[in-house]
Amino acid sequence: MTTTQEMTLRTEPFVVNFGPVHPSTHGVYRMRATLDGEVILDIEPVFGYLHRGIEKLAEERTYTGFIPLTDRLDYLASMSNNLGYCIAVEKLAGIKVPERAEHIRVIMAELQRIASHSIAVGAFVNDCGAYFTPFLYLFREREKVLDLFDMVCGQRLTYNYMRIGGVSQDIPPEFLPALEKYVNHMTPFLNEFEFFLKQNEILLARAKGVGILPNQAAIDCGISGPVARASGVNWDLRKADPYSIYNRFEFDIPTGEAGDCYDRYRVRVEEMKQSLRIIGQAMKNIPDGPVRADVPHIIRAPRGEAYGHIEAPKGELGFYLVSDDSIAPYRCHIRPCSLINLTALREMVRGWKVADLIIIFGSIDITMGEVDR
Amino acid sequence: MFERYGLGMIKGMMVTILHLLRHPTVSQYPDQCLNMSRRFRGNELIWSREKCTGCATCAKACPQGAIEIVTATVPADNKYEVQTYRVDTGYCIQCGLCVEACPFDAVYLGYSYERAKYRRGEVIQNDDEMKETPDKLASAYYHPEFADKLPVQTLLVDKIVEKGK
Amino acid sequence: MITWQDFSTPVGLYKALPPDWPVNYWWHFAFFTVAILVFVIAMVLAAIYIERRGMGRMQSRLGPNRTGPFGLLQPIADAVKVLLKENLVPAMADKPIHWLAPVIAFFPVLLIFAVVPFQNGALLADLSIGILYVVAISSVTTVGVFMAGWGSSNKYSLLGAMRNVAAVVSYEIPLALSVVGVVLIAGSLSLNDIVLGQHIPFILLQPLGFLIFFTAGCAEINRSPFDLMEADSEIVAGFHTEYSGMKFAMFYLVEYAEAIALSAIITTLFLGGWKGWWLPPWLWFIIKTLVVFFVMVWTRTTLPRVRIDQLMALAWKFLFPLALLNLFITAAQVLVWPDGLPWVAVIINIAVMVALVVIWSRFFKVGWGRVNV
Repeated sequence: MTTTQEMTLRTEPFVVNFGPVHPSTHGVYRMRATLDGEVILDIEPVFGYLHRGIEKLAEERTYTGFIPLTDRLDYLASMSNNLGYCIAVEKLAGIKVPERAEHIRVIMAELQRIASHSIAVGAFVNDCGAYFTPFLYLFREREKVLDLFDMVCGQRLTYNYMRIGGVSQDIPPEFLPALEKYVNHMTPFLNEFEFFLKQNEILLARAKGVGILPNQAAIDCGISGPVARASGVNWDLRKADPYSIYNRFEFDIPTGEAGDCYDRYRVRVEEMKQSLRIIGQAMKNIPDGPVRADVPHIIRAPRGEAYGHIEAPKGELGFYLVSDDSIAPYRCHIRPCSLINLTALREMVRGWKVADLIIIFGSIDITMGEVDR
Repeated sequence: MFERYGLGMIKGMMVTILHLLRHPTVSQYPDQCLNMSRRFRGNELIWSREKCTGCATCAKACPQGAIEIVTATVPADNKYEVQTYRVDTGYCIQCGLCVEACPFDAVYLGYSYERAKYRRGEVIQNDDEMKETPDKLASAYYHPEFADKLPVQTLLVDKIVEKGK
Repeated sequence: MITWQDFSTPVGLYKALPPDWPVNYWWHFAFFTVAILVFVIAMVLAAIYIERRGMGRMQSRLGPNRTGPFGLLQPIADAVKVLLKENLVPAMADKPIHWLAPVIAFFPVLLIFAVVPFQNGALLADLSIGILYVVAISSVTTVGVFMAGWGSSNKYSLLGAMRNVAAVVSYEIPLALSVVGVVLIAGSLSLNDIVLGQHIPFILLQPLGFLIFFTAGCAEINRSPFDLMEADSEIVAGFHTEYSGMKFAMFYLVEYAEAIALSAIITTLFLGGWKGWWLPPWLWFIIKTLVVFFVMVWTRTTLPRVRIDQLMALAWKFLFPLALLNLFITAAQVLVWPDGLPWVAVIINIAVMVALVVIWSRFFKVGWGRVNV
C-alpha cells in the first residue's frame, strides 16, 4: 500500500552508517543509509571487506586443489559450491560421473539446501525480533544435517567432499539408516514450526507487503533463487536446465505471488519440504558401483572454456572456467548469486523504515563470502 | 492484518511452553564429550616413516603448500631416505587432499581435537612426532578400514528430544 | 496485649510498638523503605534468573548453570561483572546529562512500590490516590531515557530514545483508561482498597481491561514484543548503547525493576494482590508477581517485535477505542449492580471481550505502508 507524504516541517536528512560490524548484517557488509526521521531515502552499499582473491588463487592451484577454496565461498552451503565447480570442470574436460556418485551428489545437495534455508529462515525471523527462539529451533535441526555430513566426510562446515568425476569417498554403512531417521523426523518438525510461526499476526504485519520486488524488475536485474521465485518468476535450474540426475525426480517448484518478505520466507520453507521429497526418492534405489570416475589427481583439461551452473540455495551459482591446457585454470570466474541478488536491495528498500531495511536485507539471504569472494 | 484475532500468537505461545517440558539438546562440555565422527578431519597428521618413500605427491596435492619434505641419499647404505617431513598445521586447512593423494598410505589424518598450543611455532609437526601411538589414533578419513577401532559417532537424531514422535 | 504471634508478620511487628512511641511514623517509614529496597533488589535478582533459565528452557537449551548450584548466583555474577567494568563516556557527549540519565530513569521505579500493598495495610503510604500516583510517576522514566539518548551523541541512541518517547506517550492513555474500569468496580483509587474489594478477582470481571493493561504496560517498559527501543538487531542497543559499567547496570536494573513493578501492579489490580489461603499473604503476593513476570518472559520468547508505526497504530486505533468501550460497559454494569458485581457479570464480560476483539480487529489496519520518496 503506498501513500504520499508531504513534508510540512523543514527537516534535514542525515546519514547513518550500518557499519561492517553490526548485529544483524549477515557478515561484514556496510550500508550508508540516508534517513529522514525513520524513512529511508537512499542507501549506499559498501562491501569488499571479505575479499580474499579466490578467483586469482584459482590460477595458482590445481583443479582438484581449488575445491577446498570453493568451500569457503558461500560457507553456509559448501556442498553446493563444490558441486557447481565440479560440474564446470567436468563439462570442460568431458568427464562422466558414475551413477552411484550422482545419487550421492543429489542427496548431499538437497541436504545442504535444507541446512542453508534453516539459517536463512532463522536469521530472517530473528531480525523480525523473535528473540532467537525459532532460530535455535532451526539450528537444532541443522545440527542433525551437520551430523550426517560429519559422518560422510569428517567436517561440519567446509566439506571438500565432491571431486571432479564423483565424490571423494563412499558413504559409510550407517549413513542411510541415519538419513532415513532424519527424513522421518523432519516433516513433523516442519509442521510444528509452521504451526508456530506461519500465522503469527506480528510476523504477518511486519513482513507482508514489505519490500516488494516486482516480477519484471526481478527478471531485469538477473535475480535468481528463492528471491525471484517469490516474485512469481517460475525459474529453477533443476527444472529449466537440469544438471546431474534431477530430471529423474519428481518435485514441485514453490513460487510466490507478491514478492514481499513474507513470500520469500514461505518459498524457503516450502523448498525445504520439497528437498525432503527429493531425498526420499533419491535414497531408495542407489545403485552400487564406483563413486569416482577414473581421473588422476592432477587433471590437465583440454583447451577451451565452460560454464557450469547449479541451483544453489541462494540462487544460480555459476563457475566460468577457461583452460589453456595446463594443470590449473587460466581464468576462473564465479557468478556470485548473493551479489547479484543484492543489487536489487536499493530499489526494494527506498521508502520503508529502518526496521524494514533490516528485514528486507535479511530476506534476500546473502553470505558475504560469496559477495566478496 | 489481524485476521486471525490473535490466534496465531496463541499457537506460537503453546509451542514455546511445550518446549519447557522437553529435554534440552545440550551436552555439558567438558564433562560430557560427544564422540566425533569416525572420519574426522582434525588438524593432526599421522605419518609413518616405514611406508613413506619421499615421493612428495602429498606436498604437490596440498593447496596451501604446508608440507615440506627433504630427502637425501645416504651413500653409505646406498639408500634414499626421507630426512625431514614437516607439516605446518597452522597453515593447513584440513582438506585431506594429502591423504587421498598418497599412493603408499603413509599419511593419515588424526582423530584428536584438543590440540591448542600457546605458540605459533609449536603448531608445526615434525617427523617422528607424527607417528601413530595408542593415544594418537588415525581417523578413518579415506581409510574406512580404520573405522572399527574408533567409537561410534553420537548423532543428534538418535537422542529422542521430543516426546511422542 | 501483645503476644508472640504479633511478631510473626511484618504488620504485627509494626503494630507491636506502643502507640505513643515518639517516632512511630518514622519507624514505619524507615522499615518500609528498607523493606522495599530489599524487595526490589531481591525480586530483580529472581527475575533475571527466571528470565534466563526460562527463556533457555523454552529455546531448547539450558540457561546459566555454572555459577552456583543451578546457576542461582548468575545475577550476582552479572552485577559484579558490571561493577568492575570501565566507565566510558563518549568524547562528544553532554557530560551532566549523560551522568544524570540513569539516575532519573531509576528512581521513579522505586517510588512506584511505595503504594503497593504487601499485606493488608502493609504499605509505605496508603495514599488515597494510589493508582493515579503510579500512572503519574511511571512516566518520569521516559525523561531519563530521552536524556540518555540525547546525551550519548550517537544517532542510534537518538533513534531509540525518540521511539521510546513516542511509544510511552501513546500508551499512557490506554493504560490509564483500562485502570479506570477497575477503579469503578472497586470504588476507590487506593490500591489497598482495590485489593480488599476483590471478592471475585478482577481479571475475571475485567478481562478486556487486563489485556489492554498488560499490552500497554509491556509497551511502557520496553518489553517484547514492543522492545524496539532497544532492538538488538537494528540499532545495536538503542538508548543505552554508549553506557558501560555502573550506569549500564542502572539501566539494566531499570528494565527488570519496571517489569517487576508492572507485575506487582497487575497482581494488585487484577489478581487479588495478597489474597490467598494457607500461605502468608506476602508470599502469595510474591508468587503472583513472579507468575505474571513469567508470562512476560513467555511472550518475549515467542513473539517478534512490531515496528514503530505499527506500535503507534496499535495504541491509538486499537487499544484506545477498546479501552473507552470497556469503560462505558463497566460503568453501565456498576450502575446496574451498585453493590458489587455478581458472577454472571464474569460471563457477560468475557463474551463482550471476545466479541469486541474479533469485531475490532476486522476494521484495524496496521501502520503506514511505503512512503513515496
